[in-house]
Amino acid sequence: MNRYPVWKYVILVVALLLGVVYTLPNFFGEAPAVQVSSAKATIKVDTTTLQKVEDALKSAGATPQSVVLEGTSVRARFQTTDQQLKAKDAIQKALIPDTADPQFVVALNLVSRSPDWLTALHASPMYLGLDLRGGVHFMLQVDMQAALTQRIESLTGDLRSMMREKDIRHGGIARNGQSIEIRLRDAQQQDVAKRLITDQFADLQSREVNNGPDFSLVVSIKPEAARKVQEQALKQNITTLHNRINELGVAEPVIQQQGLDRIVVQLPGVQDTAKAKDILGRTATLEVRMVDESTEARAAEQAGGLVPFGTERYLERDGRPLIVKKQVVLTGDNLTDAQPGFDSQTQEPVVNLTLDAKGARIFKDVTRDNVGKRMAIILFEKGKGEVVTAPVIRAEIGGGRVQISGRMSTMEANDTALLLRAGSLAAPMEIIEERTIGPSLGAENIAKGFNSVTWGFLVIVAFMVIYYAMFGLFSGIALGVNLLFLVAILSMLQATLTLPGMAAMALALGMAIDSNVLINERVREELRNGVSPQAAIHAGYDRAWATIFDSNITTLIAGVALLAFGSGPVRGFAVVHCIGILTSMFSAVFFSRGLVNLWYGGKKKLKSVSIGTVWRPEAGTAVKAD
Amino acid sequence: MELFKIRKDIPFMRHALVLNAVSFVTFALAVFFLFSRGLHLSVEFTGGTLMEVSYSQPADLQKVRGTVATLGFGEVQVQNFGSARDVMIRLPAQKGVNSAQQSEKVLSALKANDPDVTLRRTEFVGPQVGDELAEDGLKALAFVVIGIMIYLAIRFEWKFAVSAIIANLHDVIIILGFFAFFQWEFSLAVLAAVLAVLGYSVNESVVIFDRIRENFRRYRKMNTVEVIDNAITSTISRTIITHGSTQIMVLSMLLFGGETLHYFAMALTIGICFGIYSSVFVAAAIAMWLGIQREDLIKPIKKDNDPNDENSGAVV
Repeated sequence: MNRYPVWKYVILVVALLLGVVYTLPNFFGEAPAVQVSSAKATIKVDTTTLQKVEDALKSAGATPQSVVLEGTSVRARFQTTDQQLKAKDAIQKALIPDTADPQFVVALNLVSRSPDWLTALHASPMYLGLDLRGGVHFMLQVDMQAALTQRIESLTGDLRSMMREKDIRHGGIARNGQSIEIRLRDAQQQDVAKRLITDQFADLQSREVNNGPDFSLVVSIKPEAARKVQEQALKQNITTLHNRINELGVAEPVIQQQGLDRIVVQLPGVQDTAKAKDILGRTATLEVRMVDESTEARAAEQAGGLVPFGTERYLERDGRPLIVKKQVVLTGDNLTDAQPGFDSQTQEPVVNLTLDAKGARIFKDVTRDNVGKRMAIILFEKGKGEVVTAPVIRAEIGGGRVQISGRMSTMEANDTALLLRAGSLAAPMEIIEERTIGPSLGAENIAKGFNSVTWGFLVIVAFMVIYYAMFGLFSGIALGVNLLFLVAILSMLQATLTLPGMAAMALALGMAIDSNVLINERVREELRNGVSPQAAIHAGYDRAWATIFDSNITTLIAGVALLAFGSGPVRGFAVVHCIGILTSMFSAVFFSRGLVNLWYGGKKKLKSVSIGTVWRPEAGTAVKAD
Repeated sequence: MELFKIRKDIPFMRHALVLNAVSFVTFALAVFFLFSRGLHLSVEFTGGTLMEVSYSQPADLQKVRGTVATLGFGEVQVQNFGSARDVMIRLPAQKGVNSAQQSEKVLSALKANDPDVTLRRTEFVGPQVGDELAEDGLKALAFVVIGIMIYLAIRFEWKFAVSAIIANLHDVIIILGFFAFFQWEFSLAVLAAVLAVLGYSVNESVVIFDRIRENFRRYRKMNTVEVIDNAITSTISRTIITHGSTQIMVLSMLLFGGETLHYFAMALTIGICFGIYSSVFVAAAIAMWLGIQREDLIKPIKKDNDPNDENSGAVV
């Protein structure tokens, strides 16, 4: 009646083992480390960098615990934070001779001290939130002038096509700084154009400028519209940052507006700070432009002379210059998706782009009209453009699916795709401040959270053992196992644990005991009604299960809602809350039953169970059941 | 040990009307205070001032925290920033006082303790949670309400679903009422606690409903009031013990969790107290007023049941 088949015990033991293994890394703590990674897509961190770092440390007299190449970065671990700071300076001096054009990013980091065999199992400690262990803090400045310029640029285009549509003849439309200048033939045309602007472009205002025979209009953006553009730029940048940080896999970042043109980003528990900085700081936009293949351009390309009017010089990946037209065919705005992949014929790493309807149409037209010519795909990072590839157009490309190839490594293809996918910024921005927030408050918070969990746990277990005797002990063990599973799963998922998360952990334990109380009370009730001990255990678990299931599911519904719609600390709470409910269902019912079955199940003639006093009303006095 | 020795079912439902009136008054008061006083929202919601000060020596954060706390700005965050000598202070926005005045006040208070302190910068920060928070909060609430109602309606019956939700919202509103009345700081952590109570309180109602359903099946002679009374009586020991142990946890947070968890634990304490009360006197009573009966939970086997048969459940 109360026996588990062997396979159920196997599940329990395996779960327990997994729980222990994945909880273990949390006990090793973290070592201060210095991390070196590449600052540019074109520079790779490899064994030569490792060698450089080792040499730099040796000459500075710093003794690292270890220096290893992990993925795309070099990490040097140290005993103390003092050594860490000293080492950072030394490495920075050795690796970055020219601070204006840094090739590497050198950052402070915390690295888990857990042994290699645990790391090999992908067992790492819980991610702690900014409130628990500090983290990195970035302040980003948004270039509002660029946002306005971009807006003016697009309005110029709209104005041009609108005037063509309305058949207003003009002698040229040109953007001049933050205003647009339209030259017109006569006063009448000037008047018509002015009216068009007032009617059709609510954001623009125009001023007549007449110099003798020349008639022109100077169009500028209205101050309130400019303010709106800036607000929107800031908002879009915040959204884009959100996307980028999500790609990084950081849970619960703080992304906050500060002042009129600044954004604060705080990343709690970030391991790869250099990478974070890199992704945040990049303002990658993609532009497709035609290559100028005229003889002057060729000459400029080869001799390095003056570039022809209306063109610009960009470098290809291998460093060769290329002259491309200033006119932009397509920008990253028309991009809906970017995925890394492999070319089916050459097996080269490529980036597959998907364009939106407008982009697809433009692309089709351009490729049809320019068969045999070269087209350059330029990636702009930190304001500097680099030609990713400049293929010859062989045929018209329709359907909006484009492949970028061009001597990329798999890593580069991944990075490029990530950069493009993370969305474009409304305006470029740069990191003007980068700080590491001290864990002083965090250590205190951890201690407090830890204390409240420990004391609460101990009091509950003590009470359960006194009140329910042996069954109370089983419940207590089940509760401990619940905590173990909770920590293990949180470590496994690498969800960020914040202070509200710790509170959720304490609450989860409080609520988890509910299931055991329900079961124990039920068993007592059955015993009170005179049922035999074995039958009482069976009925107790069976009947309580329906209640436990219903009540946990309803609690879970609330938890899922928090998870779906919450943000920041609320989400941190919800993650732990939801996982806590699931683990409590497993440990309180399945695991504690396993213990009870192991203890009592084998006994054929069980006379009594140790579940504390079972009081019977008809007897009027307490009857000991054990 | 056995704490509960109850010989007869306690007639909870006899007092249902009076207690319902009491809870209605409490509810109305909570709503009143919510509207008249409003919630004292924390810096996470309102935005505020960010100050960066620098000391010549490593700063004593506890002392700084203490000094700033005496100025009465509400929840203030004090953290090391960059190095041990630099300190970042976040102040919540205050009505009628601008960022500059606030930071001046803080700086002069800090200077009184240590003349060496210098102000690096002071800036206004936007709220950490955007406009969408209110929207998302409402969405979450709607999701919870609808989700739980559908689940309960399927597993039990619509009358239980309705009464559980009313009891549930009753608890949440009353917690908010407390926060409005005492002007306690309503932070994101408190919001999480309030939403957790949503799940927690319904949990309680479900346990009682479950027993009611079982009793209807088992005791065919009892009428609805007796069934409900028996259900509450036989689960009361579990109710008290469970809430007791959860409260122990919450109490431990209240005692050891420090300032950050203080109001979180407070919200949960109120939630737990009203959770017990509401599932007994609000949820069960409303289910009773809605006329819950045996037929709602147990499909009648014979169609020609005598409606006057007392086994078919009393109509209240």
